[in-house]
Amino acid sequence: MVNVKYVHSSGSVTELEVPAGTSVMQAAVNHGLDGIVGECGGAAMCATCHVYVDEADSGKFPPISPPEQEMLDCTASPLRETSRLGCQLVVKDEHDTITVYLPETQQ
Amino acid sequence: MSETQTQVRDDIDAPRLDIDPFSDDFLNMPYPYHEQMREAGPVVWLEPYQLWGVARHEPVKVGLNDWQSFISSAGVGLANFRTEKPFRPPSLILEADPPLHTRSRTVLSRILSPKMMQTVKAEFEIQANKLVDRLVEQGEIDAIKDLAKVFPLRVFPDALGLAEEGRETLLLYGDMVFNAFGPRNHVFLDSVKRYEPVREWIMDHCQRSELRPGGFGDLVYQAADAGEIPPEDAPLLVRSFLSAGVDTTVNGIGNAMYCLAMFPDQYAKLAAAPALARQTFEESLRLESAVQTFFRTVNKPLEFYGVPMRENDKVIFFLAAANRDGRQWPNPEVFDIERKPVGHMAFGSGIHGCVGQTVARLEGELILSALAKRVKRIEITGEPVRRLNNTLRALESLPLRLIPH
Repeated sequence: MVNVKYVHSSGSVTELEVPAGTSVMQAAVNHGLDGIVGECGGAAMCATCHVYVDEADSGKFPPISPPEQEMLDCTASPLRETSRLGCQLVVKDEHDTITVYLPETQQ
Repeated sequence: MSETQTQVRDDIDAPRLDIDPFSDDFLNMPYPYHEQMREAGPVVWLEPYQLWGVARHEPVKVGLNDWQSFISSAGVGLANFRTEKPFRPPSLILEADPPLHTRSRTVLSRILSPKMMQTVKAEFEIQANKLVDRLVEQGEIDAIKDLAKVFPLRVFPDALGLAEEGRETLLLYGDMVFNAFGPRNHVFLDSVKRYEPVREWIMDHCQRSELRPGGFGDLVYQAADAGEIPPEDAPLLVRSFLSAGVDTTVNGIGNAMYCLAMFPDQYAKLAAAPALARQTFEESLRLESAVQTFFRTVNKPLEFYGVPMRENDKVIFFLAAANRDGRQWPNPEVFDIERKPVGHMAFGSGIHGCVGQTVARLEGELILSALAKRVKRIEITGEPVRRLNNTLRALESLPLRLIPH
């Protein structure tokens, strides 16, 4: 289990215990978390699971693939250095904790 | 079918079921069969075609995401291209594996991206509003002939850059292509008969001269100009737009209308809150999935959910059965527009997940939203008539009365 902190744009925080092999998007959707839509179900096709990964955690994930980069150009909220698609961030046991910041809007 | 497929196998370590997923009975009402397969196990053996069937949500998702084990280049229908000649030159995206698939997919997903949808949305919306205005005036409509077929045939070929003449040919072509994933049964043969006279039209309209500069079709040729894909790939990739871009959304919208007609309380909810249109369309995709099935081919000997499979075995994944699996969805038979069914399999999953899903969602959202804003209630005025297809869940006719706000 990995402790994932979702920091909402309002500043409030939701903490989830996420099993290894689950994506940051899927865990949020499973818990009905507002702020992540995940419309395409994780196919990197919709850009509605946009998150900003805490700089301390960004190195824990594989680099951005070309399809993910395509989608990041389509996000509803501003793109930043730390922008990722939550569906591409699969947690592993050795991650321990992950913090992501949610954008104001996804659609 | 080849000889190896017709020999009865004695090495099957899974429930053996005598279910024919392409019988008229199954195509008319697949859901009791889906349940039988789901309850029998994560993997079943379908005797009539000697192939594997997967109907539960989790193994459907896992199998579709494992493109190395379950490949597409040997065909995503019943035929195995390793042992049988494909009926048409294989698709460069649907019937391909990486790295060829990646090259095609990169181009098409950019042309169909959410960003591109923003550029066509205003025009799609105008067309949706215009159509629904006219239908409200008409009052008594056939939701298939007057709405589900009309809207996608207007906006998608417009965006593609096709002229108006002969567009209904796209429906005949889509019907035939999706039938061809199944066996050579009467459903397939009838659709071929309807398609034969217009075969030339389809091939002609894959050519650049038929495609308005700047439209989706021309953008494929621009990718070839830029050296991203070989020039000879361009017409075949445009063909993918023609085959997969219309009959799918026609039935997606038709099935959404069917769900809303069958569940008036849900329509009332939508009419009171048109902003629910997008998730309403999504829920209808889950409950009445336009694309019901896709096949893969086993690439190497493997075990899937404890079941040994041989190289070259065919596997049919029941997307629509996964979408009604009680292990994944509470009250799966209920149409609930507030459900938000993220993770449904109606567009497939993984690298072959529908590349046009953004445009499909846009069309669905806009037409349902236009309807919700104008129509208070819809009533069924006659028996819905099914159109059988080996892959698609489709209606031929759905008579409705529209009662305005």
